[in-house]
Amino acid sequence: MEARIGKFQVALESLDKLGAEALFREALAELSPIQVVENLVVPTLERIGQGWNEGTVALSQIYMSGRFCEDLVERVLPPSDPDRKHQPRSAIAVLNDYHMLGKRIVYSMMRASGFELFDYGRMSVTELCERARADGIRVLLISVLMLPSALKVREVRETFDAQGLDIKIIVGGAPFLFDADLWREVGADAMGHNASDAVDIVQSWMGAMQ
Amino acid sequence: MNAPSMNSMQRTLTALGQQEPDRVPLFLLTTLHGARELGLSIEEYFSRSEHVIEGQMRLLKKYGGDCLYPFFYAPIETEAWGGEVVYLPDGPPNAGPPIIRSAQAIDHLEPPRVMESPCLVRVLETIRELKARVGDTVPIIGVAISPFSLPVMQMGFDRYLELIYEQPERFEHLMRVNEAFTVEWANAQLAAGATAICYFDPISSTTNIPRDLYLKTGQQVARRTLARIKGPTATHLASGRVLPILNDIADTGTAVVGVSALEDLAELKAAANRRVSLLGNLNGIEMRRWTPEQAEAAVKTAIAKAGRGGGFLLGDNHGEIPWQVPEDVLLAIGEATRRWGRYPLDWIE
Repeated sequence: MEARIGKFQVALESLDKLGAEALFREALAELSPIQVVENLVVPTLERIGQGWNEGTVALSQIYMSGRFCEDLVERVLPPSDPDRKHQPRSAIAVLNDYHMLGKRIVYSMMRASGFELFDYGRMSVTELCERARADGIRVLLISVLMLPSALKVREVRETFDAQGLDIKIIVGGAPFLFDADLWREVGADAMGHNASDAVDIVQSWMGAMQ
Repeated sequence: MNAPSMNSMQRTLTALGQQEPDRVPLFLLTTLHGARELGLSIEEYFSRSEHVIEGQMRLLKKYGGDCLYPFFYAPIETEAWGGEVVYLPDGPPNAGPPIIRSAQAIDHLEPPRVMESPCLVRVLETIRELKARVGDTVPIIGVAISPFSLPVMQMGFDRYLELIYEQPERFEHLMRVNEAFTVEWANAQLAAGATAICYFDPISSTTNIPRDLYLKTGQQVARRTLARIKGPTATHLASGRVLPILNDIADTGTAVVGVSALEDLAELKAAANRRVSLLGNLNGIEMRRWTPEQAEAAVKTAIAKAGRGGGFLLGDNHGEIPWQVPEDVLLAIGEATRRWGRYPLDWIE
């Protein structure tokens, strides 16, 4: 599997769709769809995410490979498939600003890794808190690009606390990369350095939250 | 300590000539802070050129920087194309919904004319009056978003990436349309009195696209565009990584590169190898919670890494100081630059 992960990574990063699909199909001949997701797709996307942290992979490669994997996984593991992860009820949103790419990438990564989650699009603090409460959300992923939006995560946390809602918040986006302490300052429970971090974090919380 | 022997223009030109001026030039790129100086909302502030002129002159005097920066906000360019601007109370205005709603719409896209766009004319009026006030003593830095990066606001980042990868011919057509606009806009600012143009090109950063794609796309666009801009340019990646393509950017003919806090300034200086000057790389996000002592330490570190031999302008790493950065930090940056930036930099080990 190690060699296949390496080849799959090269195919995804170079946008070789045919090559990536062939490797995916090869794996499917030997494993169940959920095993292919867990043993091929997730570790490959993790490596690509790590490459972005290190500056060797660009955002465009992450976006295109995440979108492609999302499509591959969707075909073999539709949203209604019982093999989809038994996960805490989750949602993702862009808070307050108008930069949507980060959210789109994380959404694709989560879905390509077998998770289902609500996509709230762009919301204000009030809209987001009301919607999360109404949907019974347990894990909320918040993406921002701008510093004022990052600082507004604090208002989301305070609203949840005031309403006694036990909702974990994962944040991600440029301001958190440039200030390593910012996620704690705004009251988030975790921060993703890249899109695949979100998958790892939710997975690490799953047992405790069932 | 001796009195400064150069004005801001002389200091900057000497540094850009890869020589040591009297001290490191400070390019404190404050925009929104002008609204605070005048007690106006950000939206009110940018509604009239008189406000920005007054704001920039006050900021120049207060913080002792070495340039004027009559940049309004990035979506002023898409506003000229018919787009909406979304104002925030505590940050730079955002672009509203995309003006290019389908890839097919690119085929019939026409650029706006600069002189027929009231928002752009407001910027030109600002530059003209600033030039009248400072003459040739202080550099005035105009701004043009690169034709290659503008589509993020024109059509959304995700759809733009898909266009680059999946519809190369249509992408090329969009570049040609945007290049016509950017060249006209940059040259209008130079004609109004701007000393140089800051060519904002974050999509070219290796944070956003791999080098091989940059060489086929963003670099080609920059080569064509910068060759038609009738004045010096600085290429800014707006916090994005640049080290793997620093020499490729130098090949486009730009004089300065704005660099990121994510990369080491000493490595960048070595890689620049006197072919281009560097602008940066104080961390604008962390700056919000610096103490004056931390600000001084950050200034010293940057100067120690990149100051020697000229070719270095001290500034933030994004090309705009966030609204949340307090006055005492900006004052401390100015003070530390005057204290530690004086050449020769004998205090560096």
